Amino acid sequence: MPHDIHDHDHPHALLPPDPALRVKALETILSRKGLIDPAALDEIIDLYQNRIGPKNGAEVVARAWSDDSFRAALQVDATAVVADLGFYGRQGEHMVVVENTPEVHNMVVCTLCSCYPWPLLGIPPGWYKSDAYRARAVREPRKVLADFGVSLPDGTSVRVWDSTAEVRYLVLPLRPKGSESMDVAALAKLVTRDSMIGTGLALPVEGAA
Amino acid sequence: MSRVHDMGGRFGDGPVLPEPQGIAQPGADWHGRALAVSLACGALGQWNIDMSRHGRECLTPKDYARFSYYEKWMAGLADVLVQTGVLTPVDLQDLSTDTEDAHPLANRMMTADMVVPAMERGGPANRPSDVPTAFSIGQAVCTARPAGNRLVDGGHTRLPAYAQGAKGRILRQHGTHVFPDSSAHGLGEAPEPLYAVVFSASELWSNPEHPGDEVILDLWQSYLEPA
Repeated sequence: MPHDIHDHDHPHALLPPDPALRVKALETILSRKGLIDPAALDEIIDLYQNRIGPKNGAEVVARAWSDDSFRAALQVDATAVVADLGFYGRQGEHMVVVENTPEVHNMVVCTLCSCYPWPLLGIPPGWYKSDAYRARAVREPRKVLADFGVSLPDGTSVRVWDSTAEVRYLVLPLRPKGSESMDVAALAKLVTRDSMIGTGLALPVEGAA
Repeated sequence: MSRVHDMGGRFGDGPVLPEPQGIAQPGADWHGRALAVSLACGALGQWNIDMSRHGRECLTPKDYARFSYYEKWMAGLADVLVQTGVLTPVDLQDLSTDTEDAHPLANRMMTADMVVPAMERGGPANRPSDVPTAFSIGQAVCTARPAGNRLVDGGHTRLPAYAQGAKGRILRQHGTHVFPDSSAHGLGEAPEPLYAVVFSASELWSNPEHPGDEVILDLWQSYLEPA
């Protein structure tokens, strides 16, 4: 046992140091005691690796682009509106949708941990949880946007939302030019995960100027 | 005052590395397993979300910096399992036997059929509160300085250091929510008004990128005073 580790404060040091073995050890200990069910773990993994993801948020955005009354209702109570579409649950209990305009670009971060709207976007990508994003997004959002290949016009100001409470934010990106005749299903395909975090824009319509 | 997780505004971290769009994929199989073990243990009901966040924040700065994301989760989980008495330090070292008397919490184990209902149910943080709303939308406020837990020294708080002692204005009222500074330490939920507060970037940074840029934080009433 390394001398600088205090077991009482940090029992994790008692587990194997290799991360994969550490998880395996915890799973073994806990399932042997009847505290976790390996089948439930498989179900959680399948849920968040295959079923819940940014498609949900894209549907919300596409509907907001298509229907002014839906968009207005989102502004009043996004939690209730997206719950009606079936998107409610853990890490999405209190939703706020923030709209991009030509004047204001919104971007979401969690500097203190990695808070993220799971029911609408799934589990966050690695970069969202990285020290670099958490440290830099609030101080130099435009340089972070440049890392994503995004540059904003001079007249656009940036609003960075630091998710310090249990409120989760979804960005409503600007609707791309040339998408006027598209239906909700076609519009949803233009909505990327990053555009709903605010580190990207919606995809351009092919052939639009 | 602050702990190692409080990194907003820090210099020196290098570029952000984008990933493909769509459902975020784990970097390794054990990442998904780590997430799942954490969520399944949460279902035992022995701690709340503020306690589990604080568990990760209490890693030593050295461990916090060198551990990857899900290593922090696993370490925080092991620590909180022992802290709450679900496991003992001896349990963590004992991988040998396969027979075990029933654990008193075994009747709370989340089975596969309980996963989707539990995730769909979520855990709202809004609560009724007797604390009257002190600030109105548009009102100028100033955050506490230094940022820090006023109930427990070195305790959990959600006012980042970069926003301490800063002047902003109330942008939205979110109703009354569980107060993490209290809840993370088993001192009760102590719900109180929560606000979105907007700050000019020039109030927070010595060299803001653009004069019109703003940062918005969700802050509890206890963190705020009239400006």
